[in-house]
Order: sequence, then structure tokens, then C-alpha cells
Amino acid sequence: MSTPNTRRVVIEPLTRVEGHGKVTLLLDENNRVEQARLHIVEFRGFERFIQGRPFWELPVLVQRLCGICPVSHHLCAAKAVDGIVGAEKLTPTGEKMRRLMHYGQMYQSHALHFFYLASPDLLFGFDAPVEKRNVIGVIAEYPELAVQGVMMRKFGQEIIKATAGKKVHGTGAIPGGINKNLSIEERDALLADMDKMLEWSRTAVKIAKDYTLENLDEVAGFGSFDSNHLSIVGQDGAMDLYDGNLRAIDSAGEPIIDQVDPQDYLDVIAEEVRPWTYMKFPFLKSVGPEEGWYRVGPLARINTCDFIDTPEADAARQDFLSLTDGKPSNVTMAYHWARMIEALHSAEKIQQLLHDEDLQGDDLVADSGERRDEYVAILEAPRGTLVHHYKVDENDQVTMANLIVSTTCNNEAMNRTVQKIASDAISGVPEITEGLLNNIEVGIRAYDPCLSCATHALGQMPLEVTLVDRQGRMLDRLARPE
Amino acid sequence: MTAKGTLVLGWGNPGRLDDGIGPAFAASLKTMHLPGVEVDSDYQLQIEDASEIAAFERVVFVDADRGGAEPFWLHRIYPSPKAASGSSFTTHSVSPGAVLTMTHELFDAEPEAWLLGIRGYEFSDFGEELSDRARENLQQALEFVSSALLDGSLQEVEPPVDPPADSPGL
Repeated sequence: MSTPNTRRVVIEPLTRVEGHGKVTLLLDENNRVEQARLHIVEFRGFERFIQGRPFWELPVLVQRLCGICPVSHHLCAAKAVDGIVGAEKLTPTGEKMRRLMHYGQMYQSHALHFFYLASPDLLFGFDAPVEKRNVIGVIAEYPELAVQGVMMRKFGQEIIKATAGKKVHGTGAIPGGINKNLSIEERDALLADMDKMLEWSRTAVKIAKDYTLENLDEVAGFGSFDSNHLSIVGQDGAMDLYDGNLRAIDSAGEPIIDQVDPQDYLDVIAEEVRPWTYMKFPFLKSVGPEEGWYRVGPLARINTCDFIDTPEADAARQDFLSLTDGKPSNVTMAYHWARMIEALHSAEKIQQLLHDEDLQGDDLVADSGERRDEYVAILEAPRGTLVHHYKVDENDQVTMANLIVSTTCNNEAMNRTVQKIASDAISGVPEITEGLLNNIEVGIRAYDPCLSCATHALGQMPLEVTLVDRQGRMLDRLARPE
Repeated sequence: MTAKGTLVLGWGNPGRLDDGIGPAFAASLKTMHLPGVEVDSDYQLQIEDASEIAAFERVVFVDADRGGAEPFWLHRIYPSPKAASGSSFTTHSVSPGAVLTMTHELFDAEPEAWLLGIRGYEFSDFGEELSDRARENLQQALEFVSSALLDGSLQEVEPPVDPPADSPGL
């Protein structure tokens, strides 16, 4: 809550019909940034929407949540339903088809973010004119790179189509397994592009690495701070994006929790509510709300895992961590480098799976076991850890759903990033400059947030920045040109 | 490569009421099996669509419209570098003008492009049904566009007086 001596600077990007995100900077009486609030219109009402629905509909229903990562919700709900029907141990074909779908999703999402949104910042610098620092600028100066981005995204989408059945509301994952295998024709079509995808992934890692190293002085402190990191990892400590147990470490790499079964997530994670936003603030219970918040996503995953089980990505991980002497990286802008390491890892995994004959198997669904009335599934979505927790009644109807999405996990971290950037830029003069706006965008983009995946009707508006005093009077306004 | 006929590409989230007009239009049109017309749909327009539409002579983008003319409007659109150069926080969606720009710049193709905006009314809740009024608008748009595609005579319909400020790329 703002105090009588604070003033508000509102940065309001009305980029989608639900309002998307809005940044409010609370200034103290000396016009210094006291607090940053990133308002995100999170999905609301979804629990009500699915209550009373049969649980086996969940893998399809939850895709309504999000147009950018429906596959993550589809697979996470499917894992939860596996548990409810007692079929969490899938057949090899079922498990591998789902993993292929998941790596396809990871690959396309990371490619889209890196080439379409992040690469202009990295290739031209934060301070480059906004007229140049965009995908058109990339196309003009790096056309081959731009084509690579488009084709990488398309490759991932083709994998999703081949495994989920279709691009919108795929039905691939069903309780206990999958509803189709991968035909030889589908496999060969994907393999035809595989070498190119690997090569382009290596290029992307190099771009992100070179950028980070060449601009280390600038990026090391940019929106950065020490933090805890959380993800799931395999039982052997390997990065596992599809399945595993919870691990959290502190900023120095010391373990906080390790190998916590997803069914026990409420023993280790709680969510704080703050009056100015619907979005909650998750934290590690053992550390408490003040210090227990954590980051998720590519940076956290590279930090938490002991190794990556594909050779090129693991070499890239070691290279990444050599910059911090093997300790976790807390550099916010290093999310981009980490993200491209994961893209390379996904490409390696896709290649492995496409050569696995189990994908042509016919045993698609595991036998059901003991029916449960409650189950928790966790996977690593492109943007970070995703939790689906459901309860069902004796009529197979959903009675409770609790979903913690990755952007919620990164809520505190994104607020701190904005605050750090704004504090560095505003020094006594309550003014929103184009440079500050640019930098806030760059900082938020590092997390690749999912801001209320919702409706997509025509109705976009330009970014708008408004300066408001504590009486609510607008002092200044800065908007992106239409 | 010889360009194919017409691609009709509807987008939106079918789980968000009238936001699903685009995919619903695509699904209905697909059942008509119009000659020379391919139909696709997705949650949102994205960068890979630049590659897909490059293979066609003509593309018709179909989306729900929150505030335009009823029951629908249709007008020609062109590559818009300005739309593609906008700054954004997220990767949620790309405008038709931006996609056309990428098609032109990256794949050296410039299909004749149209944007069909079908007026919707309910966007703020979860639900898999179109509102009654949106469904009526969709039906009228479907009759007009399918007939025009058969005749090969697409023409502008009630274009907004001003390019809609809320539709990037126009």
C-alpha cells in the first residue's frame, strides 16, 4: 500500500484486450523509487469453469487457459489425470510421445522468444532506437537469422501437430497415455530438418553467449539480484523438463529443498497474497515470505540441475557456469543464454526420440491402477515450473483445482527487476523517459512472462506510460507511436 | 514454387467465448470443401505463419473484432513494417500486417491479403460457446465470403472510416 509520502508512476501497456500488464512505480517524497508493482491480469474464474467437469476432460479443457503454451497445460493436466486413474507409469510409447510433444513445445517457444522478442535487444543493444530494435531491424541486418527463427518455431509446431493431433486444442495426451504414435512418414519428415535445427540451435547459443560475454559490464547488474532458484530435476539430478521432483537452491547454490515429491508441494511452497494484485507470490515455507521467493525458468533450471543428459547442451551448461566459477548465475539477462541452452537440449532430445522405435509402438495406454481422488502434477513449462493440483469426487467430477503457473512463480523476481532498473534510472526526477521504458521492457522480457493468456481479438493498443501524482493526477504521458 | 490458391486462416481461443470466432469460421468453411481454398486455424497469429502464407496466391485472415462494424467487415491489407516493428513485452501474438511483412521480407512473397473482422461481444469469461449475436454475424460472414471465394470476387465490405487504431498492421 502506498504511504502518504509516496507518488505513483504508472506504466500501462494496454497491449491486449484484458489489459495485459501495467507497471506502477511508487516514488517517495524525494522522487526515488520505493517500490515497483507489475500488475498482471492473471486468469481468473478458471477453477469455476472446470468445477463439475469430468476429470478426463482436463487435458483438453486446460488448453483454454493459454494460447501460447497450451501444450504445457495439456501435458501437466494429463500427468495429473494419470495419477487419478492410477496409471502414472506410462508405456514406453506413451511416455516418449508425450516427451517429444513437450520438447517440441519447449523448442518452438524458446525460438519464438529469442528470435522475435529478445534478439533485437541483444543484436542492437538496449539503447538502440526502438525503430531499429525490433524484428524488422533483425530482418534487415540479419535476414538469415530471422529465417532461422521462423523455421525453428515452425519445426516445433510441426512436432506438436504430429504428437497432439492438431495445433488448436490437441487431444494427444489422454488418461494413462497417448492416442496416437508417430508414423514413419511423420518421423522422416521431421528428421529431414533435424540437422538444420541442431545447427541453428548451436548458433543461437553462441549468439546469446557472445552477447553476454561482450556486454558483461552492462548486463551483469542490469535488473539483477541474488535469488533462490527452483525447478524439478530427475532423481539423478539431471535436468528433466517433463517429470521429476522439486529442488530449490539459494543464490550461492546451497540446497534449500531437494527431491520433494510433487504430491508434497504444499509442504514446501506457500503463496502470499498482497492487496494490490490478484497475482500471488509463491515462496519456500522453510525460508519464509521475505526471503523465500524464488526464480523459475531457464536460468533457474540451469542453476538447479547437476547435469544435462545431452552432450552438447551439457557442455554449454558447463561453459555457462564457468562464468560464475560453477556457482549459480543470478544475472537476469543470462536467462537468454540459458534459454538457448535449453533449446539446444530440446533439439538433441528430439533427435534422440525420432530415432527411437518405441515411437512407432502400438501400446499407447497404460493399465489403470488404484483410483485416487487427488493428484498433483508438476512439469517444467518453457517459462518455468508449472503445478496442476486437482481433487475429484466419486462421480469423477472436478471439485478443486489449484494451478501455479510459472509467471506467478517469477512474480516477485519480475517486480524486483523492474524496481532495480527504475531505481537506477530515476534519480530524483519523476520522469518516465523512453530509455526507462525500453529498459523495463528489456528486463521483463528476460523472464518471457505469460501475461494473462486470454483473448486475442483485434483490439491492440500501443504501449502507454503515464505519470501520476499521489492525488491521482496525470503529470506526464508517454506512448509508443501507432 | 507455384503458388497455391487461397488460404483462409482463422485465429483465436475457442475457450474464450467470442474470441473463438476465427477458428469457428475456419471450421465451418472447411466443411464446404471449396475448390482452391485451404483452411487453417490457430490460437494466435505467429511468425511461422509468414512461411505458410508465402505458398499461397491469396490469404484471408479471420479474427473476432471487439468494436468494429456489424456484422462483419472485410478489407485489403498490406505488409506493414510499422506493425512489425512495434515493441512488445511478450510473444503472445503477431499482427496480420507484421506477418505479411515477414512473408515479403523473408520469403519474397506477397500474397493478396484480406482481413475479415467478425464482430463479437463476449470476451471476458471462459466458455466454449459463441454468443447468439456473434454466431449470427459469423453466419453472415460465412455466406458472403464463401460465395465470394467461389466467384473469385472478394471485395471490401464496410471498411472502417479510419483504419482501426486498435488493429495493428492496418
